[in-house]
Parts: sequence; C-alpha cells; structure tokens
Amino acid sequence: MLNYTIRRLLFAIPVLLFISFIIFLILDLAPSDPTGNLPLTIPPEVREKIRQSLGLGEPMYWRYLMWCKQFFINEPLNIWDQWMGTCSFNCEDRLRVVSYVTRSPVVDLIVERLPQTLWVVGMSYVVGILIAIPIGVISAYRQYSWFDQAGTFVSMVGFSVPPFFSGVLVIVIFSVQLGWFPSIYDTTLKVVDWDTFVLQLKQMVLPVMVLALQTTAQISRFMRASMLDNLNMDYVRTARAKGMKERTVLLVHVLRNSLIPVVTVIALGVPSVFGGAIITEQVFKVNGIGQLLIIGIQGGDAPLVQTLTFIFAVLIVLANLIADILYGILDPRIRYD
Amino acid sequence: MKLKATLLGAAAALALAPMAAQAGRGDSGHLNILYWQAASILNPYLSGGNKDIDASALVLEPLARYDENGNMVPWLAESIPTVENGGVSEDLTSITWRLKEGLIWSDGTPVTSADVVFTANYCMDESGGCQQLAGFADISNVEALDERTIKITFDKPKPFPYSAFVGSTMPILQQAQFKDCVGTNAPNCTEQNFGPIGTGPFVVDEFKANDTISMSANPNYRDADKPSFASLTFKGGGDAASAARAVLETGEFDYAWNLQVDPTVLAEMAKGGKGEVISAFGTAVERLMVNMTNPDPALGEKRSTLEGGPHPFLTDPAVRRALSLAIDRALLAEVGYGAAGKPTCNVVPAPAIYVSTANDECLVQDIAKANQILDEAGWMPGPDGIRQKDGVRLSILYQTSTNAVRQDTQALVKDWWSQIGVETELKNIDAAVFFGGDQSSPDTFQKFYADIEMYTNLFDGTDPEAYMGSWKCSEIPSPENNWLGNNMPRYCNSEYDALVEKLAVTAALEERAAIVKQMNDMLMQDGAMIPLIHRGSVSARANSLQGVKLNVWDSQMWNVADWSRAE
Repeated sequence: MLNYTIRRLLFAIPVLLFISFIIFLILDLAPSDPTGNLPLTIPPEVREKIRQSLGLGEPMYWRYLMWCKQFFINEPLNIWDQWMGTCSFNCEDRLRVVSYVTRSPVVDLIVERLPQTLWVVGMSYVVGILIAIPIGVISAYRQYSWFDQAGTFVSMVGFSVPPFFSGVLVIVIFSVQLGWFPSIYDTTLKVVDWDTFVLQLKQMVLPVMVLALQTTAQISRFMRASMLDNLNMDYVRTARAKGMKERTVLLVHVLRNSLIPVVTVIALGVPSVFGGAIITEQVFKVNGIGQLLIIGIQGGDAPLVQTLTFIFAVLIVLANLIADILYGILDPRIRYD
Repeated sequence: MKLKATLLGAAAALALAPMAAQAGRGDSGHLNILYWQAASILNPYLSGGNKDIDASALVLEPLARYDENGNMVPWLAESIPTVENGGVSEDLTSITWRLKEGLIWSDGTPVTSADVVFTANYCMDESGGCQQLAGFADISNVEALDERTIKITFDKPKPFPYSAFVGSTMPILQQAQFKDCVGTNAPNCTEQNFGPIGTGPFVVDEFKANDTISMSANPNYRDADKPSFASLTFKGGGDAASAARAVLETGEFDYAWNLQVDPTVLAEMAKGGKGEVISAFGTAVERLMVNMTNPDPALGEKRSTLEGGPHPFLTDPAVRRALSLAIDRALLAEVGYGAAGKPTCNVVPAPAIYVSTANDECLVQDIAKANQILDEAGWMPGPDGIRQKDGVRLSILYQTSTNAVRQDTQALVKDWWSQIGVETELKNIDAAVFFGGDQSSPDTFQKFYADIEMYTNLFDGTDPEAYMGSWKCSEIPSPENNWLGNNMPRYCNSEYDALVEKLAVTAALEERAAIVKQMNDMLMQDGAMIPLIHRGSVSARANSLQGVKLNVWDSQMWNVADWSRAE
C-alpha cells in the first residue's frame, strides 16, 4: 500500500505540472484583459502602461516560468518564514504571486477566505451527508413506500432547482417575509461568546440549507442504489437465516457494505468544498473562494485564476488518491500491490 | 460683512447640513454600505474602478471636488484658484493651490505641500502603471512654494487647469506612508494600498480585498463634530438586485450603489417601505457608434481602417438619419432603465450649459418619415423586403457587450429597423473581452469589426475638453497605433479637428460652451454616432439615513462626513 501511494504521488508531479501549463495556456490565449473592466475615461495609452506594469509585456514562456518560480519556490519559502518567524534567502526581495486587481499576494487572499468557505460549504457538506445517509437507507429498505417517494421527490427538486433560484426563494421567505435570518453573510463577525455564536449560526442557516439540499439529493441517491444492490445479496439472506435481528442485518451487514462506493463519492466531493460554491456564495455574499474565483475571471486577473484553479487541481488529484486508498482499507478484497 | 460672507462660503463648501451640525462625532452609531461589486484596493491611482474610488473616498481627499450640482468646491484647498484671484497665471500656464490651515493626517502628522508634490510624482512615474495618469497630462512641474502652497506648471496654456487633484479619482497620498512605493514598487505595497492614511472622515480598521472593509471615525478629522457615524462596514459581493433588496426590503443595509435592476422589479422592492430609490444624471450616454469604414472580412488586415475604404452604405447620411429616426428612445428608456435613463439626442447631455437643442428631432420615433428618407435616397426594398441600391443591401451587424439591458435594447432596435427594411444581425461579447485591449482578439470595441456597436461612455468632472478630443482624426484606432484610440466611428473631419484646437486655447466658459455645442452638433448631424439614452446613477438609501446627496460628478461617498442617522 505504501509503495502504491508513493508511486501515485510521484506520478502526480508531472501530471500537475502539465495541468498548470494547460491552465496557463488557456488563460493566456483567452481574450480577456485586466484593463477591460476599467472605466472608459482611462485613455488607451494609459491602459497600455498599466498592462506593461503588470508584466504583460514579457513573452509568454517567461511569465509561465515566473509563475512557477513564485508558486513552487517563493510561496512555500514564505510560508516557512511566516511559521518560523525567520527571513531566509533575502525574503525582502522575494516576489510572490500577486493579483492584478488587488495588487496583493494571491495566497493571502485565499487564506483570508478559507474560513467562511469551510464554515459554509464544509458545514453544508457535512449536514448534507448526515441527512442523506439515513434517507438513503430508509428509502432502500422501504422501497416504493411513501417515504421513498417523498425522498425521490426531494432529490429531484435538489438536483433540478439551481441555487440562484432556491437561494433567492429562501431569502424572500425567511429574510424578507419572516425576518428570521439575515440574507447577507457578515465575514467580519468573530465568534467570541454565545451571542456571536448564535449570530454565526443564524447567518449560516440559509446558505447551508441551499447547499445541503444539493448534497443530500446526490448522496441519498447513491446511498439508496447501493443499499438496494446489497439487500438482494446472498449474504443478507444467510444473515437473516442465521436468525440475526433485522436491525443488525441492516445496520451492520448491509450498511457497511453499501457505504464503500458512497465513501468514494464523498471523498471525491471534498475538493469541491474548498472550491467554494460560486453561485450560492454570490447570492448570500459569503465572499469565499468561489466568489474570489468568479471575480478573478471577470476581471481578467490571470495570476489569481491560475493559482486557484491549480490548487483545485492538486486537491482533486489528492482526493482521487485518498478515495482509492480508502477503498482498499474499507474493502479488504482490494489490494494494489 | 466680508468675514461673514467668507464663513458662509466655507460652510457651504463643506456642505454642512443644518440638522447634522447639532449631532456630535460618532452619535449615529454604525453605518452599513453595500457595493455589489466589492472594493479590491483603496488606492485610486492603482484602480480606476468606481467601487474602489468610492471606497477610498471615505479615507482620502483631493484638493477640490465637485458638489452634487457639478460646481467645484475647495476641499483640502482654501479656495479654487482662478485668474481673478491670482491662483491661475494670466497666460494660463500655471495654477497655484493653497492648503487649508492646520490640516492633519489621521495619524496626527501635518499635511504639507510636500505630500501633494509626492502624490504627483508618484502617479507620473513611468513604471508605476498609474491609472489616473491622464489627469496629469501636460504637467511639466509640480513644486512646493512653502509649507502650504503648491504650484503646478503646464507645458502649454491650459484653459481648464483643474484636473490634477480635483475629484475623488486624484486624492492626496501621505508621503511618509508611500515613499517606498514609487514606480515598480507601487503594486507590492499591499499594506499601504489596503490601508492608506488619509485626511477623510474615516480610517481603515480592516480591509478584506474583494469582500468587506471595516472603518471607524477619524479621531483627527478637521471638523470635531463629524463624522456622525462612529464606524462603518463597506460590504461587497452579490448582484444589483440583491443589493437593492438588502436596503429596500430587509433593511439590513443603509446604502446600496449602482442598482441597475429591471425598473419594474426595483419599483416593486421600493414598496417594501424600508428605503428610497434615488437617482441623478451625469454625463453618461448609451450610444450607437456608426462605423464609417468598411468592416468587410474580405479586406483582411485592412477591415475597419481608413485604408480599407469607406463603409458601403453607412456613409450615406440618409441611411444614418433613418436609422436614428426609427428608434423609440422613450420606450428604450422605460423598458431598460426606468428612473436611471431618459432619451437623448446629444453625446454631451450635461452640464446644462453644454447641452445643444439642435438635434431634438430624434426624440420622437417616426418610422414613416424614416421610410420616406430611404425611399428618396434611392434605397428600394428588394424581393426579401430588405432595402438595396446598386447591389448593396442594408444589412447591419450590431454588436455590444453582454448585459441583459443591452440585449433587450438590441432586440427592440432590430425590430424597428426591420420596419424600415434594414436587416440586423445581433452579436454580444463578454464585457472583459469587448472593452479589453487584447490585440489578438477580433471582438474588441476598438477593432470594431461590425457596422454598429453600442456602449456607454462619459467624462469625469464637468469639463468635456478631453472627451470631445476623442473624435479627432488622429484618435482613429488602427493597426499602426495598436488599435489604441477613442475614435470608434473613424470619424475624420478637418473642421472638427480645428474646433478641438480652438477649444484648447479658449478660456471663457461661455465661449467654451458654444464650441462644445458646435462640436456636439457636428458629430450628431454627421451621424458619427446615434445617442440613445442619457444614463443616470441609481442608488438606494434607508429611510433613516440622512444627509445623502447623490453626486454623479464625484464619488457617491463625497459628503459621507455629513451623513447621519435620523432619530
């Protein structure tokens, strides 16, 4: 297993380098311009100067190599220095990956936004899974009952209603009409006592609700299908024939076996938590990673988009690896070596 | 008597609201402002975006600025220099500003003329990528005469010398803070760019780029009773409709900016009773640019350039007039803009002294007359109903940026043009591409590979001189100048160029106004562009928020020191 993991990790390095180059090419060839969104009152000659000052006058391969150096060498060094409080390899002159729009280091922007993204999107993922698994189990066990039908209906709604609709709908109901929850997420809120904790919970309710609906819809379907596959297996009949309690059969034998593919699906979904939720974050103004990405794309902010998408690529490659390893741990029949 | 007049003048200049004067600093508590495009940086010299300029206007201040009526008022300066008071030299080649006495930065150090000189050098540094460089055009020298006096010298006579340090786009930076941020270092000064030290009513507590800014009242603000708010949150994100909802329906925020929302939706939200929609009109005009050159793809490199030859049919004045007459501008305004738009027939729609009335024919749609004009010019309907003459069909490619209102406008215009026998193909391009300067993209508004294109343009402040200069022959974008240039219609008229030069040496306001009107009429009557909508700014304020004066000539935050909470 260890050999396998190391082999996979080593193989990931050229893959990721190749991905970073492709992302860079796509961004560079796209006809987007960091000065495109500036007011028209700024004359074209000044725009040209701004482009030069952003380094866009350099040849493409040079800019790619600069990014590689900044991202793979300078940024890790900077993290090291921040942790240790040192200043190695003349840190004063070290160029970091800097956003075109905010003129600040991209990694700092991402770190600043991680808390709200992890709170909202991560929480919705956890809530979604916690709701989805019981729904999937009961739906499969009582197939075609009213509960199963209702579960199917909710899943279909979750799958088909986009968040820009469901988000606005819950705002109109719970913020405008009832006034229970805020429609705007306050990223400056710091949880220090019970009152601020309640405020934090309140502002998380609506976005988590909207996002969890989608997660629930997806995972409960997987769970139901997997349970149905297992319920008809011979070992289930054997277990029942041995006189085991129905509860034990269901929760110990069937559930554990059914969870194997579901765990893989859940693991593969984790990178999307870090990717944020572009639309839902916009609707509730959570201003997390997803909103950062969309602003970067709209503003032609190539270093920001490049860095963010590359980090997503790393997370996806890692999540795939973790899913494969988990699979091997959960199912002893599977061996990679 | 004279002293009293001066005091009154100073009071008016600071735009003191009589109500707010009774309250003390910080009495109104917390202010919530929502900009659905979040602020990215607080240094206007590194970002020309309105959101960033408005956010920095809470902290940084210029020497003078425009009030809500477009009048210049001294801000950090004692008075507006003029030829009469000796502040502007007789030959119009220099202007001398004098700072108010006793000004201090929020960190307690005095504001001196050295800060102003530094700011000028900061922006004029070639390698800094300063976005307000145009405001420092023609300046040869900026020098400090004494602690409070700054003299700006120009290369040539400047009849309108009020560009540098006037308006919120060009505030004063603190030399002590920014001294290591000049030139290529400018973008790397994250700490300075995110938290500039200013003279304004607020100081930055925390800046989260593209998200939220937290500010509190400046303890060293020059008026001891202001600002009335002790702290504020400047939140960004979301979209215009949700921003309007947060002020008008849920009441979570006090002020929301740039509410380009479907007028019927906005009216419905305003019934929520929590706030009020406010609007004001500046110089922005949504217009159709008419390509005077041939955009035929067969011309290859020469398409849409003067060498490529004139346009096959848009050079015919009858066609351009008919296209304009067929449009119902009042309906366009009603459908797309509501309170934020009104029909116009001029490219200079404001200030009032510059507005011509010679082109008002276009205000009323007249399809019959448009048809008649085309008939008389010899454009006859062909077998498919499209008018043609000598084998040239009136078929138009009409492009604009992607935006719901613009696509509605396109669809309506296409329908009206079909009624006069003109075929229209519509195209929309993402704004970052359309307005971007990518040389390799065929879809930029400068390349103009289409017959008609639509967008909004405007000028900052109240003086249209630089703006009117956009339509000189030398401003035509072409491969030779890397498609840089503002003359999208490729309009070239030596009489017009002569007027541009005349405007540059005319000082008297009335004469300048007459020349601008003449230029505007020339552009309109030659059909270089077809103006559609005079666009205003729409914002919303909570009912409890007092003192808001929506200002389209300067930042919307220009008088935030006077804002207060109603009891």
